[in-house]
Amino acid sequence: MRAFKPRYRERAREQIVTIDTDSAPRILFYGENFLLEDLPVGTRVIYPKRPLTGVVNPVATIRYALNHPLDMDPLHAQLEPGMKVTIAVDDISLPLPIMRRPDVRETMLDIVCEMLADHGVDDVHIIVATSLHRRMHDREIRRMVGENVWREYWPDRLYNHDACDPDGMVVLGKTRHGELVEMNRRAAESDLVIYININLVPMDGGHKSVGVGLCGYESLKAHHTPRAIVDSDSFMDPKNSALSHSVERIGRVCDQHVKVFHIETVLNNRAFSGPLDFLMKNEDDFTEADRLKFEAMKWTLDRMPYAARREIFMRTPAAYELIACYAGATDPVHEKTLARSYEQYSIDVAGQADILITGIPYISPYNVNSKALNPLLVQVMALGYYYHMYRNRPLLKDGGVLIIAHPCSDKFDPVHHPSYIEFFNRILPETRDSYVLEKKYQDEFAYNPSYVEMYRRGNAYHGAHPFYMWYWGQRGREKVGRVIAVGTDNKTVPDILGWERADSLAEAVAMGRSTMGRSAQITMMHHPPILITDVS
Amino acid sequence: MARSKYKNSAAFYDVDGTLISINIVHTFTFYAIRQASLVEAARKWGTTAMSLPLFWAADKISRKWFNELFYRLYEGMSEDRLVTLAEELFEEVIEPKIYPRSRALIEESRRAGCRQVLISGALDFTLRPLAEYLEVDDFIANRLEFHDGYATGKLAKPFVGGATKANIMRHYARQHDVDLTESWAYSDSYSDFPMLAVVGHPTAVNPDLRLRSVARSYDWPVLDLY
Repeated sequence: MRAFKPRYRERAREQIVTIDTDSAPRILFYGENFLLEDLPVGTRVIYPKRPLTGVVNPVATIRYALNHPLDMDPLHAQLEPGMKVTIAVDDISLPLPIMRRPDVRETMLDIVCEMLADHGVDDVHIIVATSLHRRMHDREIRRMVGENVWREYWPDRLYNHDACDPDGMVVLGKTRHGELVEMNRRAAESDLVIYININLVPMDGGHKSVGVGLCGYESLKAHHTPRAIVDSDSFMDPKNSALSHSVERIGRVCDQHVKVFHIETVLNNRAFSGPLDFLMKNEDDFTEADRLKFEAMKWTLDRMPYAARREIFMRTPAAYELIACYAGATDPVHEKTLARSYEQYSIDVAGQADILITGIPYISPYNVNSKALNPLLVQVMALGYYYHMYRNRPLLKDGGVLIIAHPCSDKFDPVHHPSYIEFFNRILPETRDSYVLEKKYQDEFAYNPSYVEMYRRGNAYHGAHPFYMWYWGQRGREKVGRVIAVGTDNKTVPDILGWERADSLAEAVAMGRSTMGRSAQITMMHHPPILITDVS
Repeated sequence: MARSKYKNSAAFYDVDGTLISINIVHTFTFYAIRQASLVEAARKWGTTAMSLPLFWAADKISRKWFNELFYRLYEGMSEDRLVTLAEELFEEVIEPKIYPRSRALIEESRRAGCRQVLISGALDFTLRPLAEYLEVDDFIANRLEFHDGYATGKLAKPFVGGATKANIMRHYARQHDVDLTESWAYSDSYSDFPMLAVVGHPTAVNPDLRLRSVARSYDWPVLDLY
């Protein structure tokens, strides 16, 4: 035991572990289940950092930020009786998984709403800044904002943004690059917009909050394009992201028309806790209890029906903690937020990988409380998000092999993702070329009255949303040589996506080595929780 | 904002169960109990009630058979009275039963540039007030034959329902320069499969189990308007 303890502590600090002959097998997320796989000797496994310590008193931290904002007067000093205020708040697409109650948005809303009431500001609306995401269900909004705000504001003064409401949107102008800037009318006509943000990854927040969260389809078209995605190196590095640059330009036009007081929060990465806390650990450091917990969970999951497995995961909230809160003008606030965010997520990695392995979990920003992570969302997790989890250089070298673990089932949620079904089954088999898809079909889906109705009054993602999901993977598709999906339960989905299949990870690695050579450098990203690589 | 994308498109809506939560049996019952004499009203109502199992069976086999059987109940009713009662029927029965999101769907479709057409197995005088209320461009409905101002109990050709809806839509498309591949059809019932299959964008609305299953199989969107 005396020899074991120091070794445990040493290993626990390591973010990058090299697989040896006596290394434990590694756990990979595999949709609503896990794979336990022996990795080839010499494989680098990159782990997320341990969660940064949460602030002791979140309420005090938020209040301090409101009273000591960056490049703006304190919030209370900007309030006057009778003024018109709109509070915009991030939707349920983050954090992932959903966080334990109280959601940090509830804490912020309670503080801000109380302050507004104390200063005689009664004309207050709270808008869930969904952009083209689905309308949140009533129960989801209630859970997110908490009972106080729900009772006071729902439904007349607390509602979802509607990007397709012809009377509810207003054109503010164009950027110097000619990008149309549309905004929610209520927000645009307010004396003050207060944006309440959760920053999970560096691509969130900043000008994206108002510029995208409250925009319409015509405005989003300007930057959600295959070209902007290809020119984003990467999404997680705003300085080198064409998408981010476009959003910044749009945000600046918004700032010229409306005063925005930004409140940004940074959460740590405590995605799993309690009985699932072993998922945050290096497998070499598992205790007997951890091993038993994992085996019991795997045994159970293997025997459960799909819907029950999904329900269990969706109903297990994360124990995220607030690690920072900044308020004030958008740019300085976001600069600080990004710095703190990188502190949690970024990991220095020496050299790129020839073969990159990653498991795909059950969740993405676009399927919270949905019935499935549908094939397009699997694609966006692999080639959109996980490929882009880097700064400086991609973790996977150009032409490299990406190995993902997911069943890739042909399952869709018809309530949340109706247009995805048509996109995947009618359009994608015709062409995978994003540029052709954009030109030929995007508007057709966007203006399809059935999809518009489902977006505006149902709970469906906007008709054009599946296109964005496909574009999201465009840079990955252009840079990655081969994508191999491990453990798929059908042949059709990988075929439509243009991916290869392998029955086991060993087979996939052999296929990868046949392209990249016997001495190919193999790396596994061990997430979730999230990690971002700084590749030298 | 460039919303009028669909210049040569139309949206065809089935009515009963799709846009409103009543069917032709409800409407007939309304007419039946408002006969000139109490005896006649009781007779019509009783006949309707006793025929319900027969109607149910006929509808399962063929919508055409169902309609032929059902519209015999109108035999002997006065045309003037039916037209007058239709206004009353709309105000008292139909308008409160319009699904909350029906108008919104039609509004979205109109904004997209589509021509709005109701196509229903209901009778024309029953459908007219609804068509005016929803401000649609056209409506296509069954017509009763009248002799000396009284209904014969037979439908005028062409009969609207089941497979014939598809033919009528094709004919309508030719007449109005509508591209059916760029058009929409909305229905709640599997019996309307032909009208859904003839357009490029079929949508199942409040579908019955069979249509819901078909919609899933063919990847058609499913819309619930209530």
